[in-house]
Amino acid sequence: MSENIISLKNISVSFDGEVILDKLNLDIKDGTFVTLLGPSGCGKTTTLRIIGGFQEPDSGDVFFGSERINDLPAHKRKLNTVFQRYALFPHLNVYENIAFGMRIQKKSEAEIKAKVSEMLKLVSLEGFEKRRTATLSGGQQQRIAIARALANDPKVLLLDEPLGALDLKLRKEMQVELKRIQSQLGITFIYVTHDQEEALSMSDTIVVMNHGVIQQIGSPTDIYNEPENGFVADFIGESNIVDGIMHADCDVEFCGSRFECVDTGFAKDEEVDVVIRPEDVIVVPREESGLRGTVTSVTFKGVHYEMYVNVPGEEEQWIIQSTVAQEEGKEIGMTIIPENIHIMKKYTGDYAGDDE
Amino acid sequence: MKKTSWIAAPFVVWMAIFTVVPLGMVCWYAFTDGSGAFTLENIKTIAVYADYLVDSLVMGAIATALCLLLGYPLAYIMSRASWGAQQTMMLMLMLPQWMNFLLRTYSWMTILENKGLINTFLGNFGIGPFQMINTKGAIILGMVYNFLPYMILPIYSVMEKINGSLFEAAMDLGANKLNTFRRVVLPLSLPGIITGITMVFVPSVSTFVISQMLGGGRNMLIGDVIERLFVGAAPNYNVGAALSLVLMVLILISMAVMKKFDDGEETGGLMM
Repeated sequence: MSENIISLKNISVSFDGEVILDKLNLDIKDGTFVTLLGPSGCGKTTTLRIIGGFQEPDSGDVFFGSERINDLPAHKRKLNTVFQRYALFPHLNVYENIAFGMRIQKKSEAEIKAKVSEMLKLVSLEGFEKRRTATLSGGQQQRIAIARALANDPKVLLLDEPLGALDLKLRKEMQVELKRIQSQLGITFIYVTHDQEEALSMSDTIVVMNHGVIQQIGSPTDIYNEPENGFVADFIGESNIVDGIMHADCDVEFCGSRFECVDTGFAKDEEVDVVIRPEDVIVVPREESGLRGTVTSVTFKGVHYEMYVNVPGEEEQWIIQSTVAQEEGKEIGMTIIPENIHIMKKYTGDYAGDDE
Repeated sequence: MKKTSWIAAPFVVWMAIFTVVPLGMVCWYAFTDGSGAFTLENIKTIAVYADYLVDSLVMGAIATALCLLLGYPLAYIMSRASWGAQQTMMLMLMLPQWMNFLLRTYSWMTILENKGLINTFLGNFGIGPFQMINTKGAIILGMVYNFLPYMILPIYSVMEKINGSLFEAAMDLGANKLNTFRRVVLPLSLPGIITGITMVFVPSVSTFVISQMLGGGRNMLIGDVIERLFVGAAPNYNVGAALSLVLMVLILISMAVMKKFDDGEETGGLMM
């Protein structure tokens, strides 16, 4: 395994008595694409600003490799940032924006020129040298901001919701682009977003955060398929989270029916959260399952139909996805295969949906 | 656009009566003699007053430089302060401006006089008295005191618009405070500096009230000379008009040079 390039040890931050980060520990491996994911106010941007040197933690240590960098000012850290609103210098053209860091390092004009064209090529904006930044579209400005940061050969690139201001199509293009640039350069990207889909499609590792605490660290598939608690399950994609009781290993009861599952290690009759992804619910004729409900709405979503199902005794409606539409008002049966029933310890905190 | 252009009519009439007509009159007087015949004599005569002209330009330049040195850091601090602090500082800056210009300058007379506040105070310790009133220094002080806000306000207004994230971006790219100032803050605030310089330099060069009150008539500026030629014991409108015209041309030239400097900076990013 590769070395840790950034390590945060016991980082705590609070503003006006409100805890932003609570004894956060995080190791980031060199050369990976790591995403800090969470709702607004979860502390992900604060974490990034601490790594970048724009904010000091109240307590705890920041390591760059094996070197403690708490006291190293931002302009001396070997990492660069792509800011949320690009922060391009309005008085400089594209060439000078990208050259900014190299000018400070007093590199030769020839070296600067070569690097600027290399960077413009990397972000597919060749020939834009003389353009003024104000004449560029949002997507182009974003690319220049990326080029400007990468021109300094950072070992770590910090990205603070860089695609937030772009429209959906451009955002998708830039996701592919960013992933390509990261694997081409082989440097570490630390990416902050509240968009779970963005996180899933780009990251090697996702760090899910809520209220200043890390909820889960894992690969996108781990996070999606094996959420560790209700918050993660709810935040990453849509899911049905219902109360259940674990009667024994691989034996769970919810919504008045008993199901076979694959989870073990819970106490007998322990109360648990049961998470079922909408696409994992299989619709069957009502006679074939103990789990029944009435379809209340059907929406066509392109690839599938999304349906809300009223299950007797449940406060919230179930959400299910299927390529076959059901009639509204029809009573259906539902089954789930054991592998798709995810059992989690009861989560006592807020769900993403309850957050701001 | 065309359809609503009539709403500018009052302004056009105003400009015609109070700017274009007087300017025409100044030109007419400058190029005619007492009988109304065309002459270049008036323009030639002003060589006599060249010393006053140079003095005015030099003192105006010194006052402008001092205003810039005092005003720029203050404008910077104001632009980065909290909103409440910005409002307070703005109030402090504007408060003296609500008082009449003449009164403000009078008060400096009582402070600087030979038996004024400062000399009386120093006299208690057996120091002085110092000659402060009726010196060039006093005139420059008067200019700086009266025109400083015109330097601070335009610089403050451009600085206040500089997005804070640009400072972080500069830091992130390796710039220390000095580099951030030199490469980001200074070039972005240049339009404000240019405006500030113009707004201080022009009234400083052409003032005659400040030089009369704090210079005691011993340090005449070009403004005093012009005033005397119009309302003095032996008025000569023709030479006065010629002198005004030359002063105006000189000011216009210096403003054009400043403007050129501003434009050059904006497109000349590559030069930095």
